[in-house]
Amino acid sequence: MLIEFLLGITLASALLVFMAPDRIAGKLAALLSLLPLGTAGVMWLGFDASGNALRGGEIAFESRFEWFDLGSYALQWHVGVDGVSFPLVALTTVLTTLAIVSSWTPIDERQSQFYGLMLIVEVALLGVFVGLDFFLWFVFWEAVLIPMYFLIAIWGGPRREYAAMKFIIYTNLASLLMFVGVFLLVFGLGDSLTTLSLVDISAGIQNGQLGELAGFDPAVIEVAAFVLLFLGFAVKVPVVPFHTWLPDAHVEAPSPVSVILAGVLLKMGTYALLRFNFTMLNDVLDAGWNAEILMSIGLVSVIYGAMLALAQRDLKRIVAYSSISSMGYVIIGLTALTPHGMGGATFQMVSHGLISGLMFMGVGVFYNATHTRMVGDMSGLADRMPWTAGIFVAGAFGYMGLPLMSGFAGEVLVFIGSFNTATVDGAPIFTALAMFGIVIVAGYLLWAMQRSLFGPFELETDYEIGRAPLHDLASLAVLLGLVILLGVNPDLIYGAIQDAVQPIVQSGVAGDAASAFLGGGH
Amino acid sequence: MATIATLPEWAALAPALTFAAAAFLLLLADAVSPEEGNPVALAGISLSGALVSLGFTVWYVVEGTGQPREGDPSDAGAIELFDATLVVDGMSLFFSAIIASVVVLVVLASYDYLQDHPYQAEYYSLVLLAATGMTMVTAANSFVTAFIAIELVSLPSYALVSSLKHNRGSVEAGLKYFLIGALSSAIFAYGISLVYVTTGSLQFDAVTSVVEGGELGGIFGLGVLMILGGIAFKIAAVPFHFWAPEAYEGAPAPISAFISSASKAAGFVLAFRVFVDVFTWEFVEPTIDWVVAIQILAIVTMTVANFAALKQEKVKRMLAYSSVGHAGYVLIALAGLTAGADHAFVLGSGMAHLLVYGFMNTGAFLYVALAEYWGVGRRIEDYNGLGAQAPFASATMTVFLFSLAGLPIGGGFVSKYYLLLASIEGEVALLAIALIVNSVVSLFYYTRVLWAIWAENPAADLEIEQYPTGLYAALALAALATVLLLPAFGPVVDLANTAAEMLV
Repeated sequence: MLIEFLLGITLASALLVFMAPDRIAGKLAALLSLLPLGTAGVMWLGFDASGNALRGGEIAFESRFEWFDLGSYALQWHVGVDGVSFPLVALTTVLTTLAIVSSWTPIDERQSQFYGLMLIVEVALLGVFVGLDFFLWFVFWEAVLIPMYFLIAIWGGPRREYAAMKFIIYTNLASLLMFVGVFLLVFGLGDSLTTLSLVDISAGIQNGQLGELAGFDPAVIEVAAFVLLFLGFAVKVPVVPFHTWLPDAHVEAPSPVSVILAGVLLKMGTYALLRFNFTMLNDVLDAGWNAEILMSIGLVSVIYGAMLALAQRDLKRIVAYSSISSMGYVIIGLTALTPHGMGGATFQMVSHGLISGLMFMGVGVFYNATHTRMVGDMSGLADRMPWTAGIFVAGAFGYMGLPLMSGFAGEVLVFIGSFNTATVDGAPIFTALAMFGIVIVAGYLLWAMQRSLFGPFELETDYEIGRAPLHDLASLAVLLGLVILLGVNPDLIYGAIQDAVQPIVQSGVAGDAASAFLGGGH
Repeated sequence: MATIATLPEWAALAPALTFAAAAFLLLLADAVSPEEGNPVALAGISLSGALVSLGFTVWYVVEGTGQPREGDPSDAGAIELFDATLVVDGMSLFFSAIIASVVVLVVLASYDYLQDHPYQAEYYSLVLLAATGMTMVTAANSFVTAFIAIELVSLPSYALVSSLKHNRGSVEAGLKYFLIGALSSAIFAYGISLVYVTTGSLQFDAVTSVVEGGELGGIFGLGVLMILGGIAFKIAAVPFHFWAPEAYEGAPAPISAFISSASKAAGFVLAFRVFVDVFTWEFVEPTIDWVVAIQILAIVTMTVANFAALKQEKVKRMLAYSSVGHAGYVLIALAGLTAGADHAFVLGSGMAHLLVYGFMNTGAFLYVALAEYWGVGRRIEDYNGLGAQAPFASATMTVFLFSLAGLPIGGGFVSKYYLLLASIEGEVALLAIALIVNSVVSLFYYTRVLWAIWAENPAADLEIEQYPTGLYAALALAALATVLLLPAFGPVVDLANTAAEMLV
C-alpha cells in the first residue's frame, strides 16, 4: 500500500497547497513535497523487486484489485515498481522538490495555483511510472497534460498560448494513436486476455497468443502496433521529426516547469518505449530492416538535435535542443537490445533527468538575475555569480559526458551496448556516428558558456546582478551532487536496472560480447 | 414496503407521471397566486418533481426492472403497458435517469437565471412537460407513442427557446426551431406511414416480426430512411443540425443545456430502440443498409461540427457545435453495429457516453448561464479573466470542457475511449480515424475558452459581486458527477451493457 500512500499524500498535498494563501504556498509546497520524497526513500530501503515486471519478475510494493469491466476485460488498479520504474519514481520526487524550491524567486503571481499544479503534475507522473494496468496507466499518462497545459499557459512567456496549445494537441494526438496501437494488441490477443494488465498483455504476446485480427497476420498486427506505439511515444520523447513542440514549450514555460518537462516528462516517452515497444514487441526488431531503421531514427535525433542546438542563440533553447540529442542515445541503447544498451538507456533517462534539470535550473537562475537568456547579451556572468556559474559549468561537463559524472556512465553504457549488438547490421558504424554527437554537444556548450559566463563582465541591464539566492544554489548543488554520485557509483541504481532489463534481453534476440566481458551487470 | 410486483402496472410510468403532476401543480400554484409569483416555491416544486422522478427511476432499477432475472436470462423483467405500446426496461430507465438528472441541474440553475423574469410558472411547467415527453420517449414501444411523445417534447421546447420574449434573438431562434421542427415531424410521420403501409403495424414487436419475415422492398426502405431523418433532427446530426446553433444561441442558457443534453438523449433512445430492435440490421440490410448510412452520418456529423466549432467566436455557439459533434460520437453506437461486433458493448458505449455527456454538457452550458447572469458578454474574449474572479465556477468549467475533450479529469475520458474501442471493435477504421482527428480538433476550441478564463487578464470593468447559490449548486453537482464518473464508471457501464444486451 506504500504506492497508494505515495500517490495519496502527493494529491492531498496538492489540494492543501491550492487552498493555502499565496504568501506561504511556495514554502508549504516545498515542505509537503518532502513527503513523497521521503516515501520514495522508504521505498528505496524496502525495495525488493527482482527481474522485469512485465517478464514475470517480482514486483515491489505491488497491489492489484478490480476497478471495473470494460467489455470483456477487467480493468484493475494495478500498481508496483521494478528496477526500471523505481529509479524514475525517485527521480520524479527529487526533481519536483527542487523545482518547487527554484520557483520561489521567479513565480510571483497566483502562487498557490502554481504550486498546487506542480504537485498535481507530480501525482500524474508518479502514476505513469507505477501504473501496471494499461487503462490506469493511460489515465495518468493523459492526466499529465492538464496541469502542464495550465503551467505553460498561465505562467509562460509571451507566446505561451501557442506553445501550450501545441504541446497539448501534439501529445494528445500521439496518445490517441498509441491507444489504438495497444488495442490492436488487446483485440489480437482475443479471448486469451481477460484483463488489461500490462503484465498479462506482455505475457500473452510472449506466449504467442496473438491471433489474426480483421484478416491480418499476427506478425502484421505486431508491426502495426509497434509503429502506432512508437509514433505515440516518439512525440513525448521527442524523436526527430516529432520534436517541434518541445523548443516552444521549453522556451515559453517558466524554468522550474522546464525542469519537470525535460527532467521527467520526456522520460515518460522513453519509459513507455521501453515498457511497450522494447519489452512486449521486441521481436519486431528481428524482421527486415526494422532495427536499422530505429537505429537511424535515434542517430538522426542525436545528430540533428545537436546541430539544431548549435544554431541557437537562446541559452534555454540550446539546452532544450540538446535534450533531443540526449534522448536519441536512449533510442539507440534500447534498439541495441543488449543488457548494457537497454540498461544504459535506462540509466541515461535518470542521468539526463538530473543533468537537464540542473541546466534548466541554472538557466533559470541566470534569467532571474539578468532577465535575458540570449547568449549574445551576456558576458562574464561568472564574475558576479561565481557559484551558479561554477555549478552550471560542472553540469555542462556532465552533459558532455565527462568521466565521473552520470552522463559519462550513461553514454558509455549505451555505446558499449550498441557497439556489437547482433540485432543491428553495421552497429559499430551507427555507434561511431552517434559518438560524434558528443563532439557537437561539447562544441556548442563550450561556446555558449565561454560567451556568456566568462570574459569581462558586460551586460546592459537595469538590474543589479548579484549572488544567486541561497535556496537556488542549494537546489543546484544537490543536483550536481547527485550527478557526481551516480557518476562515481553508477551501481547505486544500475544493479537494479540490469536486473530488470536482463529478462528482456534473454528472451529477446541478442546478447553482446561486451556484457560477457564486463560480467553482464548483476 | 411495497415491492414493484404488488404495484399496478401503470405505476411503472411513475417517473413520467411525476413530471406531469409537478407541471400541473405549478400551473395550479400560479393560478392561485398569479400576481405575487413565488420563485422559491415554483423552483421548489419543479426541483422536487425532478428529484422524485429520479428517485422512482432509481428505485425501479434497484428493484431489478429490466435487469436479467437470475436463473432465467431470457426474462428481462421489463414491464409492458397498454398492449405493449410502452415498455419500461433497462434502456428506458437508464435514459430516464439521465433526463431527470439534467432536469434537476437545469431547474436549480434556472432559479437564479430567471430572477425578475415574468412567466416563471409557465417556464418551469414547460420544462417539466418536455421532461414528461422525454421520459415517455424512452419508454415508447410503438410508432404512435413515439410520435406523440416526441411532439410532447418539441412543442414546449419551441416555446422555451423563445421564452425571452423581448429578445429578438430568442424569438427568432424559436421560430426557426419551430419551422424546421415541424418539417422534420412531417418527415418522421411520413416515414412512419410508409412503414405502416408495408408492415401493417405500428407496434414495435409486431413490426419486428414482419421485418424478420422477409424482404420488404423499396417503400419500406424509404420509410426507414425518413424515420432516420426525423431522428437525426432530434439529435441534431449533420445535415439536420442547422437549427441547433441558432436555437442554442438564442435560447436562455439553461434551456440550451436542457435541449442539448436531455432532448438529445431522448432522440438517441428512440434511435437505439428503433434501429437495433425494430429494423434489425440482418433483416433490413438487403433493403437498406442503415449501418452504412449511419456510419456516413456519424463521420460527417463529427467532422462538420468540430471544424465549424473551431471558427466560432461566441461561447454558446461553440458549445452548440460541440454538442452536435458529440451526437456524431454517440452515433458510433449504431454505426459500429457491424456483423462481427459485440453489439451490447458497442451500444453500451454510446449509452454510457450520453450519461456522462448529460452532466458535462449541461454543466458547460450552465457556466454560460452564469456568465449571462453576470452580464459578461457572449464572445470568448469576454470571458477573459473570469478564473481570477470566480475560481470555483471556473474550475468546474475546466472539468466540463476537458472532460468533453476527453482528458482524464472526468467521465468523458473513459466514455470517449470506450467509443473509440467500439469503433475498433466494429472494425470500422474510418470511424476510429474520424473520432481521433475530431477529438484532437476539439482540443483547440475547448482550450481556447479555458485559456481566456484562466490565462488572460480581465477586462478593466469586470466586477463580479454576486455568486448565485442555485447556479453554483448546479455547477458543483454537475462537476462532482462528472469527476466521480471517472473512477465510478464501472457500474454505469454495467447498467448500460445490461440494458443494451436486453435489446440486441
